[in-house]
Amino acid sequence: MSSTVYVAGVGVISAIGNNVAENLAAFEREEAGMTEITLIDTKLHGIVPVAEVKLNNAELAAMAGFSSQQSRTTLLSLIAAREALNDAEIDNLSSLRTGFVSANTVGGMDKSENFFIEFTKNNSKGKLRDVFDHECGSMTETVADVLGITDYMTTISTACSSSANAVFYAARLIKNDMLDVVVAGGADSLTKFTLNGFNTLMILDKEFCKPFDDNRDGLNLGEGAGYVVLVSEKVAKTLSKPMYGKLSGYNNSNDAYHQTASSPDGTGSYLAMQGALKKSGLQPADIDYINLHGTGTPNNDSAEGTAIKRLFGPHYPPMSSTKSFTGHTLGASGGVEAVFAVLAIKNGLIYPNLRFETPMKELPFTPEKHFLKGQKIDHVLSNSFGFGGNCTSLIFSAS
Amino acid sequence: MKIYIRSAAAISAQKTFGDVPFLTEPVEYQETRLKAIEPDYKDYIDPKLIRRMSHIIKMGVAAARECLNRAQTDMPGAIITGTAYGCLEDTITFLTRMIELEEEMLPPTAFIQSTHNTVAAQIALMLQCHEYNNTFVHKGISFESALLDAIMLLKEGKTDNILVGGTDEMTDASFAILTRLGLYKRWPLSNLALFNTSSNGSIGGEGAAFFLLTDKPNSNNLAELIAIKTFYKPTTIKNTELNINAFLLANSVKIEDIDLVITGRNGNLRNDAVYDALNKLLFAQNAKANYKHLCGEYPTSVSFALWLAANIIKKGVVPAIVAERDIKSQTPKRILIYNHYQNNYHSLMLVSAC
Repeated sequence: MSSTVYVAGVGVISAIGNNVAENLAAFEREEAGMTEITLIDTKLHGIVPVAEVKLNNAELAAMAGFSSQQSRTTLLSLIAAREALNDAEIDNLSSLRTGFVSANTVGGMDKSENFFIEFTKNNSKGKLRDVFDHECGSMTETVADVLGITDYMTTISTACSSSANAVFYAARLIKNDMLDVVVAGGADSLTKFTLNGFNTLMILDKEFCKPFDDNRDGLNLGEGAGYVVLVSEKVAKTLSKPMYGKLSGYNNSNDAYHQTASSPDGTGSYLAMQGALKKSGLQPADIDYINLHGTGTPNNDSAEGTAIKRLFGPHYPPMSSTKSFTGHTLGASGGVEAVFAVLAIKNGLIYPNLRFETPMKELPFTPEKHFLKGQKIDHVLSNSFGFGGNCTSLIFSAS
Repeated sequence: MKIYIRSAAAISAQKTFGDVPFLTEPVEYQETRLKAIEPDYKDYIDPKLIRRMSHIIKMGVAAARECLNRAQTDMPGAIITGTAYGCLEDTITFLTRMIELEEEMLPPTAFIQSTHNTVAAQIALMLQCHEYNNTFVHKGISFESALLDAIMLLKEGKTDNILVGGTDEMTDASFAILTRLGLYKRWPLSNLALFNTSSNGSIGGEGAAFFLLTDKPNSNNLAELIAIKTFYKPTTIKNTELNINAFLLANSVKIEDIDLVITGRNGNLRNDAVYDALNKLLFAQNAKANYKHLCGEYPTSVSFALWLAANIIKKGVVPAIVAERDIKSQTPKRILIYNHYQNNYHSLMLVSAC
């Protein structure tokens, strides 16, 4: 039960790149992925920017070697999960107990929202193939089938903390000796449904988002997928490639304050971070970098910042929100940012928090503004907090 | 470590909620959609909140609260739910409005409540529970995934009193779509006669069943949950049989030690062929029971089966309405639940007297 869980491979696709190398290059160039909406037919076009993956479904399908009839969520998931699995270079995968734990929040909504245009007028109309894979679990199942993973699979959906919980759950499956290898993370595609949903909440910034800035005015929605390949200590020893790091701490707490808003003092965030530190046996001073949840909404950043102040003050590690590059990828964000966290450790990086200008009045710290190389990063805290008060923090450490 | 079911509560298409006789008055429906019988939610939820809550949220929150009441516990150590479809009513409401109002002037409430974790979140909010909170959404093993998470939490030893539940709702839209997809029969029939004819399609259902799990023995516990297991897309019946045998062996149980097998028979020819085959092989000598004629088919229906098994063991009686033919032992001590979902996801649960 006390065995260590290592990260053997990573894969990511987001608005700033279609693979790990492209994402890292965009960080170094300090180049955000937000643009006008190009892939969705919506009245919000020209009103709010989004962080789209820069490939349409046909291009994604070609890249994935798969059908373009699939949900965009599935295509994103497959591309990143496969990159992670290939990256791990596990030769004897078929002889190991392998699982796929994936998260998403929209499932096949990109197809369902088309189906419902006809269906709403007449419930005997609408192409059934557009709604057949509506369920979140369908994304996971399709990708697992393509990757040939059959020993175990499941799907988690806890809003914006979904894929952090997938990584967390996957690690426990290994620690409980049920599996040897798990591809864990999540995916979400942009949909008209989510764009309109967040728009009704009036938390979409009409400009590029400014996380942790006093003048922040909301989030930019993004899309993408991010996966880590978690392996047991036993498997790690058999692999020739060095590990990216290990998952040393994790915790899931609930804010229990409001269905969508965070409590003013960030109770859930505080408990999640505190619990993850406790699990890892580390002190706040040991953390070298915090990858913030940092959506850019006034409420979220204030709650997260207040919780960090309570837990870390008066000594604050460098921190930033990579959502200033990728937008908020919702159910994918915990997976995408888990990948960024271990890459920070492996490559000694701190990512910039773009467009930061004015410190928040209530906080005594500011995020890092520039891309830093050559850092000694041993421990990274990655935060993912979501609707329903679902707060999860992960800590990755050098192995 | 032993894991016990301290309490259980189910809202279903039958009279299963609260202090009611144990399925002695089965409710008959003459249609292919079984709607859950709703309790008086005022006893469980603040009336101001009831108005805004969708069907699945009300069912989930009320079943969770009743489950805690039955164990006389105020605060669980974790809240975990499984739901394949999530909050369909709110999802479809928002989607339909978005289309009909052409993205203008949309009210946010339906969107806010459409996320799959809403039931678990609302339970946490109601109880002010800051503990571990998770939601699994994997088709026919959503509830099993939640249950596995709960078992792991107990084994990890950091927490106790895990509240775990399975919830799914049926809406007019989902019923229409799933009927078009061929999941349900094309003509009305009595649910109580579901197993009398062999034809394509089942009957649709919905419900919420919650359980409080602990590792502490207590004479009030309903049953012991010995183990669960899921397996995916077995290629042959032989392969399914091997998986079940391996599960029994891993738990040091022989098939003849199983006093009752509860299967997920649902009246659909292709679905039931799996059970028919096993009934001639591995389960040939076992007493058998079915449950989907009572609650309907839905991806988390196995949570109803677990509620049924726990109550059969605690009450020492097999309701006549679930028994397949005559059952010798009216007081089963060891029950195997075997369900499969569209022959893709198979699940096993072993439940025993404490």
